[in-house]
Amino acid sequence: MLRFLVRRTLGALVILLIVSMVTYALFFAIPADPARLYCGKTCTPENLALIRHDMGFDHAWPVQYWNWLSTIFTGGTFNGVHCGAPCFGYSFDKKELVGGILLDRFPTTLSLTVGSAVVFLIFGIGTGMLAAHKQGKPADKIASGFSLLASSMQIYVAGPLALWALCYSTDLLALPTYVPITEDPLGWAGGLLVPWIVLSLIWTANYTRMTRSSMVEQLSEDYVRTARAKGMSGTSVFMRYAWRGAMGTIVTVFGIDLGVLLGGAIITETTFSLHGLGELAIHSFRDSDLSLLVGVTVVAATLIVFFNIIVDAAYALIDPRIRLA
Amino acid sequence: MTTQAKPEEVSAGSGGTPFLSVRDLSVRFSTEDGVVRAVDSLSFDVAPGSTLGIVGESGSGKSVTNLAVLGLHNPDRTEISGSIKLDGQELVGASNRELEKLRGRKMSMIFQDPLTALSPFHTIGKQIGETFRKHTGASKKEARDRAIEMLTKVGIPQPTSRVDDYPHQFSGGMRQRAMIAMSLVCDPKLVIADEPTTALDVTVQAQILDLLKDLQQEMGTAIILITHDLGVVARTAQDIMVMYAGRAVERGTVREVLKAPQHPYTWGLLSSMPSLTGDVDVPLRPVRGTPPSLINLPSGCPFNPRCDFREQVVGGGCTTERPPLSPATGHAAACHLTPAQRQDIFIDQIKPRLG
Repeated sequence: MLRFLVRRTLGALVILLIVSMVTYALFFAIPADPARLYCGKTCTPENLALIRHDMGFDHAWPVQYWNWLSTIFTGGTFNGVHCGAPCFGYSFDKKELVGGILLDRFPTTLSLTVGSAVVFLIFGIGTGMLAAHKQGKPADKIASGFSLLASSMQIYVAGPLALWALCYSTDLLALPTYVPITEDPLGWAGGLLVPWIVLSLIWTANYTRMTRSSMVEQLSEDYVRTARAKGMSGTSVFMRYAWRGAMGTIVTVFGIDLGVLLGGAIITETTFSLHGLGELAIHSFRDSDLSLLVGVTVVAATLIVFFNIIVDAAYALIDPRIRLA
Repeated sequence: MTTQAKPEEVSAGSGGTPFLSVRDLSVRFSTEDGVVRAVDSLSFDVAPGSTLGIVGESGSGKSVTNLAVLGLHNPDRTEISGSIKLDGQELVGASNRELEKLRGRKMSMIFQDPLTALSPFHTIGKQIGETFRKHTGASKKEARDRAIEMLTKVGIPQPTSRVDDYPHQFSGGMRQRAMIAMSLVCDPKLVIADEPTTALDVTVQAQILDLLKDLQQEMGTAIILITHDLGVVARTAQDIMVMYAGRAVERGTVREVLKAPQHPYTWGLLSSMPSLTGDVDVPLRPVRGTPPSLINLPSGCPFNPRCDFREQVVGGGCTTERPPLSPATGHAAACHLTPAQRQDIFIDQIKPRLG
């Protein structure tokens, strides 16, 4: 297990290096000049050169990349702001340290993700198992029909629809806002209720379909038939055998989904005007804010890579045939 | 021996009241293409402690019959009629609860491929012990001890440590031994072995068959051995039933059926086996044609499109009338040829081929 973790962590670092490098390369491949953006209307060539130098844009991109990389470990000072290691750079657009912005935005995305994940896991797996249990019966058809409908709904359709139905026209629920849970737990939950409902609805549908299909597949496995042939009760066959087999798929997909969601649900956050990592990613790109863009990208990539490692480790616990090496 | 004089009554070989008695069993599945008549008015008996070999090609209804005995079909899509009596208890129409109590305790099953038939997620010991706990209410400790005892019985080396292994840590032969241990853990009086050796090496096959035979003698279990391998039947069974298109076409003792087969299909099966002592250049003679669709059976005798001898039937009833299995007891076949004709054909044409 330890060997596995060390090996995978090293692998993850390599992936992150590549991701950040590619982000840098791509940024310089597009015709954008951040220095010109800050130069303003009365821009003289001298001014531009000065700004460019201050921002560190007067080097070739590999040099800039190297500077960014080394600053992580050495720290640095930007615009008179000191940034201690680990330092992820400075956003000239926001006049803040990238690390600070990320820490500021992450709780919003985390709350959004965790809240809806709890709901969609419970309902998605529950409904999926029910549908698999009642395969071909009305309950299955209703559940499958609902999940087909809900999963083909896009968040930018379902989101505004929910806002209109629950907030604007009826005042049933509060408009989406983020209040830190440490300040006001009720306000936190109330402010995120509508996004949770919409996000959970769509993801519940996905998990219903996935759970149903892997349960149906497991239920037709030979070893499930063996369990029935030796007199195991229906519940025991369903839970101890079929569910045990289906769990692997669900844990795998969930782990990866969690990584993706935590890296920023771009459309969801934009739809509900929540200031999380997803929104930040879009804005940093729009504003040609390189250091912030790289910061968001690396955080998202880290989360995905991290959860991938967790999934693989969890898989070994679920399936004794898998050995970690 | 049962002596009721119903036309399709089967009571092969061994005496005494049958432990399992199947009468007029029909199993039908509804599918999109139509109704599949997987088993059609099948009757047979299995006496306590004896072995019945059921032989036939794929799709002849061997496995379906035995899954019906265990009640493992999906009740929504399957229609079962007739009677299956296990030790006097009627199983057709029995509730799932009653069947659960019988499965694993009074009757159990050994499946073909032990790799897929054993759960990859549970240790061998758990899978064996679980059956024991379910039916006897034993504690975890007792179940584990019983599992070790059973593993010893089926010849697994170091059973005390192997009991905690997972199936993928066992070799193919050992997995099948574990499967046997699992099916015998509650001393069932009937074991259905569905092609128990098909997935194994030939050398391991012999070991597994010997093991089954030894355990049968020790525990007095009746065995139904489903196979398409006549060699396996010859080695282990006392009685044979040959199935074709969901019906019994011939049955009798192993000696009767293998030494003096009566039905053209049985002749075909025997001729298609290579002979170890015969000339290597003699080509094998497969049964020509393919098994019939169980949705749309040929009229009359279902074997008639593949039969080489139907021209010889006086009156030509092969395509119009389905022959019953006769005589009612003893060695019987379902064929329109007269017993004298069959005798002649077998001695003149078939026997020389068998080497």
